[in-house]
Amino acid sequence: MRVEASDWLLLAPELALTASGLLLLALATLFPKAKEEFLGFLSFLSVVFTAIVLTIVAAAAPRGKGPIFGGMFVLDNFALFFKYLILLSVGLTILASIQYVGAAAYPGGEYYALLLFTGVGMLFMVSGSNLISIYVSLELMALASYVLAGYFKEEPRSMEAALKYFVLGAFSSGVLLYGLSLVYGISGRMGLTDLAQMTTTADDRQLAGLGILLVLAGLLFKIAAVPFHVWTPDVYEGSPTPIAAFFSVGPKVAAYAILARIFYVAFPKFQADWGLVVAIVAAATLIWGNLAALLQTNVKRMLAYSSIAHAGYALLGVLGFRTAYGLWGVMVYLLAYTFMNFGAFALVIFLETKGYAAETVSDFNGLARRNMPAAVTMLLFLLSLAGIPPTAGFIGKYYLFTAAMKAGYAWLAVLAVLASAVSLFYYFRIAAAMFFSEAAGARLQTSYALTAAVVVCAAGTLLIGVAPEGVLAVLKNCIPGGY
Amino acid sequence: MNLQQIPILSIVAYVPLAGALLLIFFFPKEKTGPIKAFATIVAGLDLLLSIPLWLAFDRARAGYQFVERASWIPSLGVEYHFGIDGISLVLLLLTTFVGFIAVYCSYTAITERQKEYYILLLLLQTFMIGTFCCLDFFLFYVFWEIMLVPMYFLIGVWGGQRRLYAAIKFFLYTLAGSVLMLLGIIALYFVNTTGFLGYRGLGNAPTFSIERLTAVAAGMPVELQIWLFFAFFFGFAIKVPMFPFHTWLPDAHTEAPTAGSVILAAVLLKMGTYGFVRFSLPMFPQAVLTPWVTGVMVTLAIIGIVYGAMVTLVQKDMKKLIAYSSVSHLGFVMLGIFALNMAGIQGAILQMVNHGISTGALFLLVGILYERRHTRMIADFGGLARPMPLYATYFLIIALSSMGLPLLNGFIGEFAILQGAFARSFWWAFSAATGIVLGAAYLLWLYQRVFFGEVSNPANQNLSDLSPREQLTLAPLVLAAFWIGLYPRPLFEVLRVPSEQIVRAVSGKTETPPAFAAVPAPADAAPAPAEAAR
Repeated sequence: MRVEASDWLLLAPELALTASGLLLLALATLFPKAKEEFLGFLSFLSVVFTAIVLTIVAAAAPRGKGPIFGGMFVLDNFALFFKYLILLSVGLTILASIQYVGAAAYPGGEYYALLLFTGVGMLFMVSGSNLISIYVSLELMALASYVLAGYFKEEPRSMEAALKYFVLGAFSSGVLLYGLSLVYGISGRMGLTDLAQMTTTADDRQLAGLGILLVLAGLLFKIAAVPFHVWTPDVYEGSPTPIAAFFSVGPKVAAYAILARIFYVAFPKFQADWGLVVAIVAAATLIWGNLAALLQTNVKRMLAYSSIAHAGYALLGVLGFRTAYGLWGVMVYLLAYTFMNFGAFALVIFLETKGYAAETVSDFNGLARRNMPAAVTMLLFLLSLAGIPPTAGFIGKYYLFTAAMKAGYAWLAVLAVLASAVSLFYYFRIAAAMFFSEAAGARLQTSYALTAAVVVCAAGTLLIGVAPEGVLAVLKNCIPGGY
Repeated sequence: MNLQQIPILSIVAYVPLAGALLLIFFFPKEKTGPIKAFATIVAGLDLLLSIPLWLAFDRARAGYQFVERASWIPSLGVEYHFGIDGISLVLLLLTTFVGFIAVYCSYTAITERQKEYYILLLLLQTFMIGTFCCLDFFLFYVFWEIMLVPMYFLIGVWGGQRRLYAAIKFFLYTLAGSVLMLLGIIALYFVNTTGFLGYRGLGNAPTFSIERLTAVAAGMPVELQIWLFFAFFFGFAIKVPMFPFHTWLPDAHTEAPTAGSVILAAVLLKMGTYGFVRFSLPMFPQAVLTPWVTGVMVTLAIIGIVYGAMVTLVQKDMKKLIAYSSVSHLGFVMLGIFALNMAGIQGAILQMVNHGISTGALFLLVGILYERRHTRMIADFGGLARPMPLYATYFLIIALSSMGLPLLNGFIGEFAILQGAFARSFWWAFSAATGIVLGAAYLLWLYQRVFFGEVSNPANQNLSDLSPREQLTLAPLVLAAFWIGLYPRPLFEVLRVPSEQIVRAVSGKTETPPAFAAVPAPADAAPAPAEAAR
């Protein structure tokens, strides 16, 4: 393995973000009296800085984007897209946290530092082109996020969330690792492009299939698909709300990115083995996610089940991996999903000042009377989540439904559209509370940073819905090819 | 023609949207007077702008007119594509006409959150017009879905007692149908391009053009046509609504505010029948001609007519009564469409307009009474002809038009539909005719209970008669009823070419199907209803 000096250049974004995280930790220790708002602002700047570095690196190294370090790391367009998306979700989370963390009785320095480290883990994940580097970066992300879930360390619910997340997360990592070991044992390969050329004898075939299924199961844990979803509602409910919002987009998007890369690049030949499993899991996820969401009265739990359901929609795209279309659909959808789901969570944060407010749907009562712009924005996110045009959610779902039809899973497409219609019922419970109720719900706080996050999400949701062409054309160039 | 060069359809479609935006940003919500005035002006302007379409429309030309075409999402083949034929023209004019009345009739009925109310009405107007103008399936779906949102809020905020239930039921029912239609659209898209589910695609460039996909669909094998026919069927049938998908309608109609009911009855329900005429028939001719499919459709239509009328008969709430009568009337429209001949299809389209006028006016009338007495129960009234003679007169004219009395609009449409049905089967026409008898029964009985006799309830003793504004909202509808009743020829002229095209699309595709042998040549049937009226 030869490492050239210029290889390190490709790591500049990750290095920048790591350095910022360490700096933030040091600052928080050296100046304990520093205002937490200042630390938040600093961490937001470091995300922006990382994005700039990323842009420069991507532009400066048109060739030789990898794989480097012996095939561990690659900076293709696919990785680039997901890196921007991850930085977006980390940035939005920081904006949504500034007021929230300032009001909470816990120190802010480590909060922001952990958030940045999660970001580093995810940046590495989406660039991983070798099963080992993917696994290690996944663990980096996961460890930081377990701590974030338990950030309210004296709240029992937060502790419960952290513990559940950790135990189940560690278990799923074990499953994933076991699957990887089987695959390695049979093929002797770890690089994704090498694995694509893997040939198996009839004897090995079953064992290889088992390994692939275990890898799939481990990843399905991370994206919270049924039956590996049980941790999600509790973790979302117990975690600080900005962190729950973050979990629903950032790590999920990153997990989808590696799922896509592994199964699109390394295991397409085995689709006969995993296709039906994914179809069944998708069906179960759609049905259970939507039905369980119908029964929730707690908004965070409802959004948790809704995000489970959305993981199910995205699986329709995975089924379409035989052609690039399915992957394209997954990317469009994840982009749309980041905007709309974070936006909906951000409005929940708006309604809570300290600890856990905006728990019940009734906290949204009469929001239209008190703050019409907020209510209309929330309505936009709800419409988008339900897949009503012309919003980002519709464009995303359109791609996934088409991918499923194209892959020959018409029954699943029918199930998915009907599930999507049902989902309107629970989303619009919030709309009904906001617009029809006379009663006064929870107090609305004001925060410029959070408002900025909501505005970004709303603009993204609307723009992708009304004028998607630009985004679609860019994403079409982000399909990972043979590198 | 000059009008063909300017994007007149977009202008008509987006004037209400622009008006709504101006309302949002420039009118403080306390100033209800200017808000009402401005909304009325915008709706009136839109009506005026739509009239040149009627004048400039070339009745002899087949195909679409006033076409606007621009690329929207090239990577999917989606276009911004507007254009109308005679059928869309008629429904477009109905929309702008009823839209204006809906704004104008709400002055006193709506006293709360007025700004939001007029904004939603104007938005709804834009979405409805857009739906009728679309020539691209993707765009069509966008308008078709987004239309539900303002209606949901109109019912949910300004509706009656059970408005929450009615609003979400309306939304969910129609949404469930339309997502299946979306799958149908996607399937068509694949048939045109790469194929799916073992069907070989045609390998064309991706497009959602309605013209193109209609041609593609008509060439598909029967089996696939039937599948896709039913995918679209759910979208349209729920909207119509056909029996047994009608249960959302009485709730939505009854709970909606007056203007909402008027728009629902006059325009939204027509989206469903419009979908059948414009999409289902020309796209899936072989499916439509399959005997069992025709049988199912006609049976559901006839059940709708008779069952709807019988349920109407026993209603105690006036608004609910009129709501159920819609099920019966739209059953007629569906029967006309699936008679699959000129008389039936022209009659069906005409009856869509008639139902919009008559039922819209009936909802207005009930709304006027409700504003005065805050009840709609028939039992609370009696002898109203004495305190409210003008009101009683208007009500009588409209009721007669709704039950299909000659000289009024309802007669022309029902006659043509029955003629078309008779050409196919005596029993179709016979069963449908019982619906007309029942229709006369429920309306006359209603009229008798509400208006005749002594004033039984002292609360009704001093009810004020129609105000000038109320008369102004009703008079245009009454005039339209008489106009269509006495001189329907202009409408038939506009509808002739597109109806011929549809009949040709359906019949031209098959080699003498047995079920179709009895259909008269299209040209003979066309002028007949017009002659009969004169």
